[in-house]
Amino acid sequence: MSDFDFSVIVQNWAFLAEGLRYTLQVTLTAMIGGILIGTVLALMRLSSIAPLQWFAAGYVNVFRSVPLVQVILAFYLILPLVLQMITGKQIPVGAANSAYFTFTIFEAAYYSEIMRSGIQSVPRGQVGAGYALGFTYGQAMRYVVLPQAFRNMLPVLLTQTIILFQDVSLVYAIGATDFFGAADKITQRDLRPVEMYTTVAVVYFIICFTLSRLVKWLQSHIAIIR
Amino acid sequence: MIEINNVSKWYGSFQVLTDCTTQVSKSEVVVVCGPSGSGKSTLIKCVNALEPFQQGSIVVNGIAVQDPKTDLPKLRAKVGMVFQNFELFPHMTITDNLAIAQIKVLGRSRDEAVDKGLKLLDRVGLKAQAAKFPGQLSGGQQQRVAIARALAMDPICMLFDEPTSALDPEMINEVLDVMVQLAQEGMTMMCVTHEMGFARKVANRVIFMDRGAIVEDAAKEDFFGQPRSERAQAFLAKILNH
Amino acid sequence: MNYHWDWMFFFQETDDGLKYYDWILSGLGWTTFVSLASLAVALILGSVLGVMRTTPKRWLVGLGDAYVDVFRNVPLIVQLFMWFFVVPELVPENIGLWMKQDLPYFVIAIVGLGLYTAARIAEQVKAGINSLSRGQRFAGLALGFTEWQTYRYVRLPMAYRIVLPALTSEAMNIFKNSAVTYAVGILELYFQYKQIIEKTSQVLEITIVVTLCYFVLAFVMNRILAFVEARTRVPGLIVGTKGSK
Ligand SMILES: Nc1ncnc2c1ncn2[C@@H]1O[C@H](COP(=O)(O)OP(=O)(O)OP(=O)(O)O)[C@@H](O)[C@H]1O
Ligand SMILES: [Mg+2]
Repeated sequence: MSDFDFSVIVQNWAFLAEGLRYTLQVTLTAMIGGILIGTVLALMRLSSIAPLQWFAAGYVNVFRSVPLVQVILAFYLILPLVLQMITGKQIPVGAANSAYFTFTIFEAAYYSEIMRSGIQSVPRGQVGAGYALGFTYGQAMRYVVLPQAFRNMLPVLLTQTIILFQDVSLVYAIGATDFFGAADKITQRDLRPVEMYTTVAVVYFIICFTLSRLVKWLQSHIAIIR
Repeated sequence: MIEINNVSKWYGSFQVLTDCTTQVSKSEVVVVCGPSGSGKSTLIKCVNALEPFQQGSIVVNGIAVQDPKTDLPKLRAKVGMVFQNFELFPHMTITDNLAIAQIKVLGRSRDEAVDKGLKLLDRVGLKAQAAKFPGQLSGGQQQRVAIARALAMDPICMLFDEPTSALDPEMINEVLDVMVQLAQEGMTMMCVTHEMGFARKVANRVIFMDRGAIVEDAAKEDFFGQPRSERAQAFLAKILNH
Repeated sequence: MNYHWDWMFFFQETDDGLKYYDWILSGLGWTTFVSLASLAVALILGSVLGVMRTTPKRWLVGLGDAYVDVFRNVPLIVQLFMWFFVVPELVPENIGLWMKQDLPYFVIAIVGLGLYTAARIAEQVKAGINSLSRGQRFAGLALGFTEWQTYRYVRLPMAYRIVLPALTSEAMNIFKNSAVTYAVGILELYFQYKQIIEKTSQVLEITIVVTLCYFVLAFVMNRILAFVEARTRVPGLIVGTKGSK
């Protein structure tokens, strides 16, 4: 502790910031993509068509029972194989790009469970009221049920996003340079683990703590519509 | 036995109790009544220090409750208390509910504690239920177990906080019968209750509370014959016609 | 597609004379050990923290809250790296040296994963205790229990029963989270997975097998806790409600 060297942080700040930017990009992409796919999965799960239910249930259960690091590595290796199978060409994907895909697919499983309970929190009468106005199933979902479900579940969706933001650090497994990866690479070169890892921990803490307080505030200010 | 002297209590800036003074002597039965929110539960909880208070003093059996040096668990073990919602421990059998505090607080052996518990259970007419769990008994039965549980500690006095108000009407009497018997045996009792039949039968004095203050503290005959305050009159008229 | 399926590679010999399935079994053993040990740490510490946060003592509540805030808002891999590479530099030199040289890796990993999980358990335990009616504490105190005895005999036994489903999912999660300890040198299942892929390139077979392993671990944990739940069920009580009304 005698010589905590702030200059190491200052010198490498640009590289760290670049990593943080990547982390945020993956988080936002996976949040938007994950919520969209997750909503579709939730609708499939709640539909009356058995094969759709099975598919959605299988998808969710598989991804919820494997470690994320394993999925990150597996997709990184399997994605090029699949692309090659489809296009017939060798397409290098790269660690950084494969993570966008992996996190979107993986988080969709978690978001879908949240959307499912959100949809179930909307009273059945609401769908009936939608049909009574002449809406189709799609319209009733789009204009009546999903907006309420989304609103009711907003705090939970955001909490999941905070977890996602932390989980991006696991791209360490494939060597991508996220915020933590950047710090780790600097450490390998400069051998300043104390400064680097502490910086990552503190920055993560400040961001996640602030966001989770915001979610808490939101939770007490959004009345659940029932 | 119980002396309450000028007790005042605040929740933040809200005053729940205002300068309450009364006493309960040995073998006396005192009934406390008053409208909802008047501070009856709060006052009775102050007696065994379940609620702290900021001013005044309460002395139970010569021991000052508010004194930081008082061994509260020891004092509370001697003061039995019965709650509106029974508060049996749901994860324990009736037998264990009766025995646990005897074992852990009084240091009795398990055999001794179970023996004593079962005797009291018999006394409240529930011997057959010993192996059941609280969730398997009716409200009236649960409340009788709760009384037996308090008695198992050999209390020097008993506090009751609306023991019958969470019960269906047909179960009220089975609990009141136990309380009447207890009173007739000479137990010192302080009872928050609106059961005026009970008060008429066994109370020595009736205390009427309103907005945190003791408005009326009179012998039973005086209270029912001629309540002095208008508020007590109105209250009596309301619950007697009801 | 020119992927070459080969399920028999699991029985091939590796450089160290073992077969690939031996690697998997050894990884499975470490995953189980690290996970269960961390779970034990997390249950004990999480319970203490959860109880602290429900006491009337402000400083205990503050301490418990601060712990949960810190350990929930920093990623697990960063926490593990802190324990391995930062903490030994911050403590007195002889202790730091001992941590780096003599303390087995897995102990630090278990402590790291345990402390991380404790924050989650603390949340559950606190929620369980707070879901009980205030009267239960009063009833205990009125019988002469000390504050601690009301926890020991009255409040915790009910709180655990109420939050058992949530604890079950935490206990299932810990196997998944233990995979992160590969990054600090624990030779658990994910480490072996990675190593086998590097050696053989049979990505699909090994992914399927390892996925099944994690499935089985979580499933067994689920069954064990379902058994505990059945054994501790209280007759006449619907768990999730507050006992008496
Ligand atoms: N923990 C608390 N914090 C703030 N105010 C409280 C608290 N507990 C009780 N009060 C208030 O104190 C007042 C007296 O409450 P108390 O429970 O003693 O009334 P009561 O006479 O027993 O009423 P009831 O007949 O409804 O049981 C009420 O106005 C209540 O709202
Ligand atoms: Mg009351």
